[in-house]
Formats: sequence, structure tokens, C-alpha cells
Amino acid sequence: MQRLRAKLAPYFLILPGGLWLAIFFIIPTVTMLSFSLMTGNEADGYQLTWHFQNYTDALSTYWPQFLRSLEYGAAATILGIALSYPIAYWIAFKGGKRKSTYLFLVLLPFFVSFVLRTISWQFFLSDNGLLLSPLKSMGLVSQDFHILQTTVAVVLGLTYNYLPFIVLPLYVALERVDPRVVEASSDLYAGRIATFTKVIFPLSLPGVFAGVIMNFVPAASDYVNAEILGGPNNTMIGSIIQDQALHVRDYPTATALSTVLMGGLLVGIFLYARALGTEDVLEAAAR
Amino acid sequence: MTDTLPAIELVGIVKSFTSHGEIVQAVKGVDMKIAEGEFFSMLGPSGCGKTTTMRMIAGFDEPTAGEVYLHGNNVTGVPPNKRDVNMVFQSYALFPHMSVFENIAFGLNRKGIAKDEVTRRVGEMLDIVDLGGREKRKPKELSGGQQQRVALARALVNKPRALLLDEPLAALDLKLRQAMQVELKRIQREVGITFVFVTHDQGEALTMSDRIAVMSNGVVEQLGTPREIYERPATKFVAGFIGTSNLLSGTVSEVIDGHAVIAYGPEERVLVAVQNGQVIAGSEVELTVRPEKMELSANAPHGTDCAVRGTVTEVVYLGTSTNYNVRTSSGADVVVFTQNATSADDLAVRGDSIWLSWEPRHSYAIGAPS
Ligand SMILES: Nc1ncnc2c1ncn2[C@@H]1O[C@H](COP(=O)(O)OP(=O)(O)OP(=O)(O)O)[C@@H](O)[C@H]1O
Ligand SMILES: [Mg+2]
Repeated sequence: MQRLRAKLAPYFLILPGGLWLAIFFIIPTVTMLSFSLMTGNEADGYQLTWHFQNYTDALSTYWPQFLRSLEYGAAATILGIALSYPIAYWIAFKGGKRKSTYLFLVLLPFFVSFVLRTISWQFFLSDNGLLLSPLKSMGLVSQDFHILQTTVAVVLGLTYNYLPFIVLPLYVALERVDPRVVEASSDLYAGRIATFTKVIFPLSLPGVFAGVIMNFVPAASDYVNAEILGGPNNTMIGSIIQDQALHVRDYPTATALSTVLMGGLLVGIFLYARALGTEDVLEAAAR
Repeated sequence: MTDTLPAIELVGIVKSFTSHGEIVQAVKGVDMKIAEGEFFSMLGPSGCGKTTTMRMIAGFDEPTAGEVYLHGNNVTGVPPNKRDVNMVFQSYALFPHMSVFENIAFGLNRKGIAKDEVTRRVGEMLDIVDLGGREKRKPKELSGGQQQRVALARALVNKPRALLLDEPLAALDLKLRQAMQVELKRIQREVGITFVFVTHDQGEALTMSDRIAVMSNGVVEQLGTPREIYERPATKFVAGFIGTSNLLSGTVSEVIDGHAVIAYGPEERVLVAVQNGQVIAGSEVELTVRPEKMELSANAPHGTDCAVRGTVTEVVYLGTSTNYNVRTSSGADVVVFTQNATSADDLAVRGDSIWLSWEPRHSYAIGAPS
């Protein structure tokens, strides 16, 4: 009896989480997959007809938006890493006793709604906003220069909104680097640059890896930034899906697009992990 | 040795830290000269400033006051990567993402040494530390003792002019520790590099070192050879910290021939060498005698200059030897170690009145300059 209980205990423990996952992840995913193979319309109802053409149709119509989403996501991620590495590095190594305060400051924007934050960026970047009007009055940029409704605005918005998602894993990885190992490096004739490139950076790779995923995935599927900060030429796939699902109400197209996006991102993550050697990365992270 | 400059010289080193708004002096004025090729140990209880002193030699910390010289050059303010000393950390601090080979080659690569020479020297080093064939492993795939040897090899391969070892054996179990002690001595003889060794294990320090600095509370209490430190502890602290020491005190009745005489009673007197003029009749002195130098007898001994009476308070039989705890007539508690020779019966039992005697050269006045 005792034994049986010990054996069953893990399953009981996983039960709440398992149920949660079944109800809120597996069921919607299966529903989504089946919708993507249906035909019909809202008035007459939908039938599962294994209509794979939904995929080819959706892809051939919307591939530019797909491509754009990947590009924007990648740009925001690269920019994000470049911006957040120094932040995370500084907090981890120079933060001293105030580390948690600085981390809190990084997270502070999260206390404001995502959409509101993006709208405030709209004000910030607008033609006569905080950024451009001083530059214009100083004559540093021409009067008709604008950022809003351009790729730059969308990428900046994406970078800003998802920055904490990179800072946090990077911070965790850097915080874990044993200061003694850094000292050992400088003891063994490495200057600051060599210590960074040969020791600190390789040891922080698990954080970079996690940060890239946590940033790229939501950024590539984002639609808020493109809607608010971008123009008609900056539509991302997220907007198309939202539009198809909520306004056009073409569920098969919307779900087919979602499935392609999700599948593509999963394959991407998998290939990325393989290329980086996840095992090494995860092992290093576990230390 | 043509080089007469000390390998390492510390002059008036002070180090203070500010923690929680309070200033803590971890090192309070340390001077030492460590000779080229010497096996030098710093020994002392936890928190006495050994690591702090070593970190200032390596350059990780800068002294608040005082100077560090390496081979006659003032290196105060020079960063660690520009100092020709290497450190073996207590926690090893191996690079976890690099193989054994890459770990050992790290320093040579930073110095820009040619690839084939790096390979050759790392190979040689792997042989010396007996890790041949394991160069592709990652540190975590090695046992504690093997990691320790990688840490040693990683530092030694650079042929530094001095190697700093901060309790390198602390994490090992007794057997491995003893094996590594022998190994370290062998390696040091082979490469002829100055070793500065930090430990809080007195046995380790006594067996391995050419000279020892005994530290306490941020100061060097005594600096000398293991024999000097063991036989002639300069301070009460050293006497208490190294081995077992018996402490006697009394009033000097006269000074003859450079010896102070303390008379406790009829036939009970102790002689201890003192410097001329340092002690006069009537002053108080403290002296130490090692337990194995004392002899225990039932009757008053003849022809010895140091003898006191006492009562046995405890007898501890240890197989090859017996320890007697004795309270002397003047009220001091002392310990006597006697070897159990083949014919010897028990010399005394608890409660017996006995005599303790020893030669004057085995009593040392405490606080006297050596
Ligand atoms: N960075 C620091 N900040 C504040 N106090 C420190 C710092 N480093 C050391 N100390 C203090 O200085 C004193 C000496 O420390 P140190 O590490 O040199 O001791 P140790 O002799 O190496 O001891 P152990 O045998 O335990 O390693 C201790 O009281 C310690 O608390
Ligand atoms: Mg220490």
C-alpha cells in the first residue's frame, strides 16, 4: 500500500498541471488543427473535409507577411540582445546590493498594459513627439522626417516591448558565472576583452539562447506593434490572423495561418537548438 | 641560487574592508619575505586573513596600505594578468565549458605561444599530474582529486615564478589529501617554483613547508621553519595552535648564565633560557614545554635542572603511547606523552603523586625574541 502510494504520488502531483494543460492547451490546439482543414462559412457552419488547400491558399496569399514577421522578429531580437546584454551584465556584475531594485526597474513597464505602452510609444515617436520635435527644432532632421508608420517604428516597438524577456534570462546566466572563474581567467593572463570573449560570454550562452527564444517567438507573432506603430506596408502575420479570425471570420484561413506560424516557429526553435548544441547549452545552464 | 632577491616580499601590508558600514581590518600590517624556490605556508585559523593576503599577492585585491614586491619589482596596483604568479583556487575555479586540455592551455594561449609548443607543454604537464588520456574530458567528468590536479596543471604550465595555492587540498578526503601532499612536494621539487601554500591544517603545514608563517587575527604571530615553530613557539597563540603545548608560569627567583630560574618549592625548579637583561629576578615569566619532552617518574629525578611535582588526574592509553594529564604543585594542568616501550609497565595511575622532569633546552620563554 505504502509502495503503491509512493508510486502514484508523482501522478497526483502532475494532475492539476496536467489538467490545465489538457483543457487550455491540447484541446484548443486540436480544435485549431481541425478547423484548419474545414470548409464552410459562418452562416452555414463548417465541415471537416480535410481541405489541405486551406494551407496552400493561405500561404500563397500571405507569404510576404510571414516573411516580414520573421524579419521583424529577427531584427527585434538582434537589437534586443545588443541592448540587453550590457544591461544584464551591469546588473549581474556591478549591481551590488541593489540588484533586485534594478531588476524591478527592468520589469516596471510590465505593470502598464501592453497596448498602452505601445500607444505611448506612438506619442513618443510621432512626428511632433518627444523624440522628433526637439531634433526638428534644432534642425538636426528635416521637417518632413518621420518614424511612425515605418519598419523602424515597428522594430523599435517590438524591441522595447520584449526587452525584459531577454534581460531576465541573460541576467540569470550571468549571475551564475562563478566570480572565481573570472578571476582565474585574469590570473591566467587574460585581459578584460579575452576574459569576456573566452569565459564570460560562452558561460552566458544558455541565457542568450533562452533570451532569443523568449524574444523571437512572441515578437514574430506580435500584431499590436505593427497595428499601432506601423503603416499599411508593415502588416505582420499576427494582424492577418487576428483580422481573419475576428473580422472576416474565415476560421479555416485563420487557423491554417496560425498552424503554419506555430509549426514554423517550433521547427525553427528545434533547428536552432540543434545548431547551438542544446545539450551543451542546457548542461552549462544546469551547473 | 644567483637571484638573491626574495621571490615575494610584503611590506607593511594592511587591508580593510567596509562591510555594513563598518571597517573591518582583515590584514593588519604583514611583512614577509619568501625566498626563491621555497615551499612557504601560511597557517592560521579561519578568518585570520590568509586568503586576503594571498589575493593581494595575486593582484585580485589591492592593499589599503603597504607594498607587494615580486622579484624586487613593486607590483602594487598591477592587475593580476600582468603578474608572473598563478593561483590555484580553493574551489579550483576550472572553466566549466572547456576540456581539460583547453583549461590547461588557457594561459599559454593568452600569452600567444605557438600552437605546437602549447600542445607539447600541455602534454608534458598532463604527464606530471598523471592525467594523460583525459585531456578531452570536461571538468565535471573528473573526480575531485583529478580536478584539483587540472587546477594545478593549469597554473604550473605557465612556469610562473611563484604559485599561490589557497587550501588546495581542503575539499579532498583524508587519503587523497595525503597522496596529494606527497604529490605536491614532488612537483614542487621537480619544477623548482616558489610555492605559497595556505592551509589551516597544522600537520599539513609542518610536513610540507620549508618555512611557515603562523597568522592570527590579521598579523603574523611567528615566521620560521616547522621545527622552530613547533619546538619554540614565540607566542602563546602559536604554542596553543600548533600541537599540544604545556604552559607554565612563575616568578623568577634569579638569573644565572642566561637562564631564569623559577623555584616552586624544595627541589622543584624550572630553568628557561632568556636573553641577557630581558628578565630580572622578581619578574613573571611564561614558558612552554612540549608534552613528549617531559618525563614522568615516581621518585625525585637526579641530575635534571627542571623538575616539578604533580598529581596524575587522567591516564589515556593509546596503544603505542600513553598520555598522562597532570596537575602540578603550582596548579598548572599539563599533558605528558610517553612511548609504551616493551618492558614498561604503567608508570602511574590516577591519583598518584609523581615528578615531571625535562632538560632546560626544552623549555621556551614565551614572548622572548628568537
Ligand atoms: N570582501 C570582503 N568584505 C568584507 N570582509 C571581508 C572580505 N573578505 C574577507 N573579509 C574578512 O576578512 C577576514 C579575513 O578573511 P580571509 O578570507 O582572508 O580569511 P582566511 O584566513 O582565508 O580564512 P579561511 O581559513 O576561513 O579561508 C575575515 O574576517 C573576513 O570576514
Ligand atoms: Mg581562506
